[in-house]
Order: sequence, then structure tokens, then C-alpha cells
Amino acid sequence: MRKFFVAAAAAMLATGAGLFGAHAADKLKVGFIYLGPIGDLGWTYQHDLARQALVKELGDRIETTYLENVSEGPDAERSIEQLARAGNKLIFTTSFGYMEPTLKVAKKYPNVHFEHATGYKRDKNMSTYSGRFYEGRYIQGLIAARMSKSGVLGYIGSFPIPEVISGINSTMLAAQTINPNIKVKIIWVNSWFDPGKEADAAKALIDQGADVIMQHTDSPAAMQVAAERGKLAFGQDSEMIKFGPKTQLTSIIDNWAPYYIERVRAELDGKWASENTWDGLKEKMVVMAPYTNMPDDVKKIAEDTEAAIKDGKLHPFKCPIIGQDGKQVECKGEHLSDDQILSMNFYVKGIDEAIPGK
Amino acid sequence: MELIEAILLSVLAASTPLLLAATGELVTERAGVLNLGVEGMMIVGAACGFGGAWLSGSIIVGALCGMLAGILMSLIFALMALGLAVNQVATGLALTIFGIGLSGLIGARFVGEKITPAPHLHVPGLTDIPLVGRILFGQDAFVYLSLVLIVAVWYVLYRTRPGLILRACGDNHISAHALGYPVLRIRTCAVMFGGACAGLAGAYLPLGYTPFFIPGMTAGRGWIALALVVFASWLPGRLVIGAYLFGAVSILQLHAQGAGIGIPSQLMSALPYLATVIVLVLISRARTGGSTAPAALGTVFVPDR
Repeated sequence: MRKFFVAAAAAMLATGAGLFGAHAADKLKVGFIYLGPIGDLGWTYQHDLARQALVKELGDRIETTYLENVSEGPDAERSIEQLARAGNKLIFTTSFGYMEPTLKVAKKYPNVHFEHATGYKRDKNMSTYSGRFYEGRYIQGLIAARMSKSGVLGYIGSFPIPEVISGINSTMLAAQTINPNIKVKIIWVNSWFDPGKEADAAKALIDQGADVIMQHTDSPAAMQVAAERGKLAFGQDSEMIKFGPKTQLTSIIDNWAPYYIERVRAELDGKWASENTWDGLKEKMVVMAPYTNMPDDVKKIAEDTEAAIKDGKLHPFKCPIIGQDGKQVECKGEHLSDDQILSMNFYVKGIDEAIPGK
Repeated sequence: MELIEAILLSVLAASTPLLLAATGELVTERAGVLNLGVEGMMIVGAACGFGGAWLSGSIIVGALCGMLAGILMSLIFALMALGLAVNQVATGLALTIFGIGLSGLIGARFVGEKITPAPHLHVPGLTDIPLVGRILFGQDAFVYLSLVLIVAVWYVLYRTRPGLILRACGDNHISAHALGYPVLRIRTCAVMFGGACAGLAGAYLPLGYTPFFIPGMTAGRGWIALALVVFASWLPGRLVIGAYLFGAVSILQLHAQGAGIGIPSQLMSALPYLATVIVLVLISRARTGGSTAPAALGTVFVPDR
């Protein structure tokens, strides 16, 4: 028995060395840290699709390594450092909770470049990047208001953080331009990923009269419930039409590939610099899935709005914006500043509920 | 009225995996074995259950695959904790961690596939009775099976001789051994039964609840099942009540939010665990009457030869 364990341990060490120690002749090593499994069909899945696209594009000059299921917190620091020590020169850490660990490792390894998704802390060797998902939410709001017969939208939230809240607000601001009396019911499931609970939330929303379901959680469970009940829904993070061919109106797709390819190119050319990238529909970091299961006039509104946002003619958070309390939100330019959107902690007028914990 | 019916239907579906997994763990713990690997056995059951159903096109084959996977997982536990007399808590935790990894590996090729969920019963006439019709006569097989199973477990544990022997092993393995009962063999059977139930509970998620497989889809339900056994103070009757109570809490909190009732959702999510702690305190205070933990729960037994 003991011999077996020794052999097993030796084998594990050997594989570990193969993964992290071997040096391919002067290929640039690029590392990725993923929050979920690559098969989550949502957030991590999209990041890995982008990594695959990267390999396809620059595979002869780079070598990629990824660590999946890395939980946010102390584990993350160890994993990021592992990648840095293994000779990765560019490391993408793909979740908000990796912000502090990434920053810490970045200070320790000044010669390694880091890219952190959806955070706000940067350093001279650490960039941040994220998508303007609220632009897609605005288009969804318009479609939802047109397609809803009951005038009640159902919204499944993960955690009440600014990214999710700005999505809800953007949806409602759009929906109100079509139907000023539109209502939204919001259910927080306190998880990014719990298919059973997401399905339960979707059922609860439909039972309470919502007929268009949208979500800021990662699994296709809500889509399937809507399909089963003959209601409509939007996908999230990735194309989910397979789970509701007659249900999905569109889906906000995270498209990281162009950014990853651009950043790795910059690294290869020695032109990498610390930057803050926040791209939307125009730069195709946020992409809308085909508009389906809606009449042509609704489709046209969606397409026109998408074009207007791309051209910069329309901003979802155009001022004036009235808050839930009836007071006008402070606004310096024509629309809310990026900082205001990134730290959004209020509901707009027309949402009856309160933000949990506020 | 329609809303009440809808809520009750959701509660039934949400409670079933908890009841199935907790039934198995109740039997395991009654035999004196604490298997903390329920979550791990469930998630492997989910992966294998979906795989079986997807490859064969049959829900029944899927459910059997899930049960078989749960049994195989529980045999690993039995080998370590009973055969080699390793610490049960550590082995159970390791089994959960192992199961989460293994299910991802098994399920990798099934991600993104979908199946037709388990059919619901439809009895013309009966199912159409307002309010109670769909609740009593419109469920899928898993729901009925979970109820039949817990009644059977109650009967065997309290009305038959094998049940008495099983409980004896859990309360005093030395006496049971002295009386000539094969304690380890009985415990292994109990652990396997627990594995089969956990595997079936896991398989219910992709076969009846959300008809697709995603790694990590049990999302902590195995832990709630464990808490449930303590909450029920190891009694089958209370287990049923507890399972539906836990299910009801998780569904009602969603409805409360949708209706704009201002209870913090985080608090509601914590309620099942809070209830378990309170029950534990009550049990330890009222030592007389009711039921307490099997006396030999979690202790290692090495028969002298």
C-alpha cells in the first residue's frame, strides 16, 4: 500500500512539473485563472472560449495554462503565484474577487504582467478590463417591455453589487420608455451559480405574474423553466438558445477573444502597458445573440438601438435620471460618469423594492 | 388559490432531493456511521444519472446509474472508514471533495446537452381537481418514491428485527458484536443504502428538476440533507416534516422577495442551518423523551478476532 502511495505521489509530482516547470523554447507563456469549471456554460465558459480563440490565432508563438475552479480568497493568491512562478509572463485573473490577490502577487512579481477582469485596482504591471454589460441590458429592457403582456418583468439577481444593480436600472430605464407603468419583480438568489435555486426563482416570478424572465446568474435553468411554462426569457453570458428555442429573445454574450488577442499581441511586441479597458457593444466585447422569437417591429427597435449605442448617439444612463426616492441623481455631463455606473448603489424610479441590506 | 397551488408544487419539488438524501443518511447514521460525503455522492449521482439518461434516452436507466454511482462512492467510504477504521469525519469530507472533482470529470462531455425531464403523473379526473389535484396526483416518480422510501425505512427500523439489529449496531456496537451480529457488514449495508439514496437524490436534479448537467449543480443540498437528519433528531417522521419545512423556507423566501416583502434574503438562506442549531440545543437540553443521536455515532469499531 505504502509503495503505491509513494508511486502515486511521484507520478503527481512529475505531472505537476510537466505542467508548470517545462520550458518550451521561447514561447510566451500566458496563464488564466478561472472562477468556475470551464463547462459552466456561462462566465468561465466564455473566458475559455476566448482562450481557445487566442491559441488558434497565436498558437505558434504562445503557450497557455489555465487553472479552473479557483475560489476567491486565499486560494486565489496561491494559484496566481503558482502561475507566475511557472514562468507565465501574462496572467489573466477572471473574476472580481481576485482583485486583492492579483494586486499582491503583482507587487511580488514586477516583471510579470497581470490582467484583472471587472475590478478597479491597477498597478504599473496590472491592467483591468470589463464589459459594458448595461448596454446590452438596455436593449433587453426595450424588448421585454414590448413583449410583456402582463407588464411585469421577472429579474433574477445574484448579489446586489453595482454591476448587477446598474443592469437592473438600465433595463428599467429602457422599459419605461415603452411602458411608463412597467413593473419589475426582483429575486436575489445569493449565488452566481445554483441551477436549482435559479429554477425555483424563475418559477416564483412566473407564478407571481411575470411573463418575461431575465437573469444575472449563470446557468440556463431559468431559461428552461420559462420554456416549460411558455414564457419568454433572455440568456446570460453565453448563447442559450439551445435551452429555449422558442423562448430566448436574445442573450448578452461576453466576447473576450478580441481583447485577449490584442493584449497578448501587445505583450509579444513588447508594447504592453497598464490600462483600464471598459468596452461595450461598439468594441464587440459585449455582443447580442440574434434577436429571436419576436415580431419584426420589435426586432427593428432592438437593432436600431444597438446601432445607436454603437454610434454613441444613445447612452443608457442619459441624464436626467430620477432615483427611487424621487430625487434627481447628481449628473455632471450628458450622462452618468463611468465612476457613477461602476459604483451604482441606488434603484431608479419605478422600482418598488429596496436594495437588500440598504 | 392558483398561487398557493404553484407554491406548494414548487415546495414538493424542492424538498424531494433533500428528503431522498436525508433518508439514506438517516439509515447510515442509525447504524452508527457518520458519512459526511453526502454532497460528494449526490454530485457524482447527478453526473452519472444524467449521463445514463442521455446515452440511453431513459430516465429509469439514468436513475439507476445515479444510484449505482452513489453506491460505488459509498463503498470507497466503507472501505476507508469501516475496513481500515479511518476517522469517519475526515473520510466523509474527503469523499465530498473527491466527488465534486470526479463529477466534473465524468460530466465534462455532457455539459450543454439536454434531455426530456421525468414525466409527471396524469390521472384523468383526479389530476384536474383544483388545488389538490396536481399536488397529489400530478408529480413525477421521484416524489412518490421518496415518500414510499421513508415510510419503508420507518417500518423496517421500528417494526422489524433487522431494523432493531441495525439500530443496536448504532447504539452499542460492542454489545451487538458480542451478540454475534456482523457489525461491520451491517454498517456497510447501511452505508451503501445511504449511497444509493444520495445518488438518486443527485440524479433527481438533472433528471427531474433542471434537465441539464452542470458541474457543481447540487450546490450544497447534501449539506442541508445532513443538517436535516440532525434536525429530525434521527426520527423518520420528523425527517419528512423537516424536509418539507426546509423546502418551504427556500421557496417562500423567493416568493417573499418577488412580492416585495422586505425580509433580507441572506437571512432566509441561512434559516435551515439556524433551525438545525436551535434543534440541537433543544435536544441537548431535553434529554428525556424524544430521540437523541445514536450512541455509537461516528465511533470507529474494530472487532477483536
